[in-house]
Amino acid sequence: MATTNNIHSISVEASTSQLATVRDFVAEHAESLGLSEKEIGNIRLAVDEAYTNIIKHAYKNIPSKPVKIELGSDSSQLWISIKDEGESFDPASYSEPDLKQRIKNKQRGGMGVYLIRKLMDNVDYNRIGKTNEIRMVKHL
Amino acid sequence: MKNFGISIREVDNIRVLDISGELDAHTASQLENSLKSLIDHNHICIIVNCKGLDYIASAGLGVFMAYIEDVRGMGGDIKLTNMNERVYNVFDLLGFPTLYDIHDDESEALTGFDK
Repeated sequence: MATTNNIHSISVEASTSQLATVRDFVAEHAESLGLSEKEIGNIRLAVDEAYTNIIKHAYKNIPSKPVKIELGSDSSQLWISIKDEGESFDPASYSEPDLKQRIKNKQRGGMGVYLIRKLMDNVDYNRIGKTNEIRMVKHL
Repeated sequence: MKNFGISIREVDNIRVLDISGELDAHTASQLENSLKSLIDHNHICIIVNCKGLDYIASAGLGVFMAYIEDVRGMGGDIKLTNMNERVYNVFDLLGFPTLYDIHDDESEALTGFDK
């Protein structure tokens, strides 16, 4: 069985001002695993979308709320876990966005979850006690 | 302040926004303010030149989604040009190329407007 190594974590407050820091954190570690530039770009975007959703939806733009990002790898996969203590997200409520309809209705959100699922190989949502976790996996 | 820049120039009565850096949920309001200001002043023929844009998240795409109907309804358009491959891929994943006028080069977009 493969053992997880190289676990790295960063704790930030739920603020869009931290987006670049979070993206750079995951990109730096993804790079050290020898992933391609395209794959690193996909991971940066998936993490950006997940963190943005936490800021906007779990915490409803209330700053100073905690978000913890953890990243680890073994020989077969890179995993990223993002935890918050805000409102939970029900993945069953999600449907694929109809861009044409959204433009017509001037709705601009709702694309993040779709992108995350497209960009990563596996995505799970869990709630343990008061903590929500999104766990994203990229196969190596 | 985050790494995002925006400047506006005029070419043949068309407003061209040059955007650069990283467009995400933090910087999207800068693009939104610029677009809104142009539309408020009835400048509805707009090109967004993405040559210097290194990164875009869905919050950035959301800005284009919010204004395209209004602008087209007024007889104008927002055309997008000069995206690098990574940025284009994000637009493509979300199906933008079928609904937005996206060009490799700004000059193509300029000729696309009825003058």
